[in-house]
Amino acid sequence: MNFKDNKAIYLQIADRIGDQILAGSLTPEGKVPSVRELAAEIEVNANTVARTYDHLQQNGIIYTKRGLGYFVSPDAQEKIVASRRDQLMQGEMDYFMGQLKAVGITPAELQELYSNYLDK
Amino acid sequence: MLSINNLSFSYNKRNGNLFDDFSLELNAGNVYGLLGKNGAGKSTLIYLMTGLLTPQDGEVLMNGDNVRRRLPRTLSDVFLVPEEFELPKMSIKKYVSINAPFYPHFSMEDMQRYLDIFEMGTDLDVKLNALSMGQRKKVFMAFAFATNTSVLIMDEPTNGLDIPSKSQFRKLVTTCMNKDRLMLISTHQVRDISEILDHVTIIDHSQVLLNTSMADVTSRVAFRPLHEGDQPIFVQQSPYGALGAVPAQPGEETKVDLEMLFNATLLNPEAIHNLFTTSK
Repeated sequence: MNFKDNKAIYLQIADRIGDQILAGSLTPEGKVPSVRELAAEIEVNANTVARTYDHLQQNGIIYTKRGLGYFVSPDAQEKIVASRRDQLMQGEMDYFMGQLKAVGITPAELQELYSNYLDK
Repeated sequence: MLSINNLSFSYNKRNGNLFDDFSLELNAGNVYGLLGKNGAGKSTLIYLMTGLLTPQDGEVLMNGDNVRRRLPRTLSDVFLVPEEFELPKMSIKKYVSINAPFYPHFSMEDMQRYLDIFEMGTDLDVKLNALSMGQRKKVFMAFAFATNTSVLIMDEPTNGLDIPSKSQFRKLVTTCMNKDRLMLISTHQVRDISEILDHVTIIDHSQVLLNTSMADVTSRVAFRPLHEGDQPIFVQQSPYGALGAVPAQPGEETKVDLEMLFNATLLNPEAIHNLFTTSK
């Protein structure tokens, strides 16, 4: 697994699991790899992965069944989409808008660009 | 599990002590990264920890036993992979049959699995002297992990390994690690091991400059491009502008850049000390 520079590793692993849930390779009510399995697979310290799972559990994306391990919550996809929307709006979008303003792109132009993008 | 208590050591009285009243506590369930400049005493510390050198003062205790007594119950539960080592001219099979009996928890099944992770094949009749240096290192490390000792200490384990084997090494560590084991990796190749560490210990001039968990580092220091108004502890130029280690804002969590942390700690030990001793 290749890590980006700017985000804590445990959050990057959470994003990766989120991607897998959105892409359907991890399905609602499906089993998530154990902490040790995933740690070995992505070559990351098991405590870091355990932190990722804590984080995902707190956000209701996965849950534990005692003695059986972690499973994907039934509404995990909706939750991931909602939280990514928030992240986008607070983070990248703000920067992106700033750039648009700096180079003088009007709302009409932006609308056209986005429409064209969606049509592609 | 390993307690280093008030250790003093010198190779030569005239040159003064390399370690002076040095203490450090290492606990099971952690992978420690021991970082220090050349000559900081990393290898010496490792030899002291494993009972290969005798301190002038102080002691190293493993589960309460002084390692210098070299008790069988201590020696059968510690394995050291030094930076350089010689292996005898014999087959892997012979080597294992001679050395494995010293380690009651040795598992041949594990050894084969680890050789497999290192892509070393399954032929145990291969002669150790017919292997390249990197391959010998892989066989030795596969053996080291397969002894299943509670303490596993490795001095520059990724030196001499090719690019794919560095990843295999990380896989081996993450596969073999469990809550009862303690691993300590001394290295300069911080990029090779950053993600597998639980804990980072930086030493210099016989002092522990930083000894804390990676999670603690994440919560206290941010490694990122600098903005106006930042008060960085360490600055480093990059093609994308200035990067720095800065005190993390509440909720700010970045990927730990061990190289920057190491440089920041050596350059500005007081700032690091203050940052890590303030309560959050």
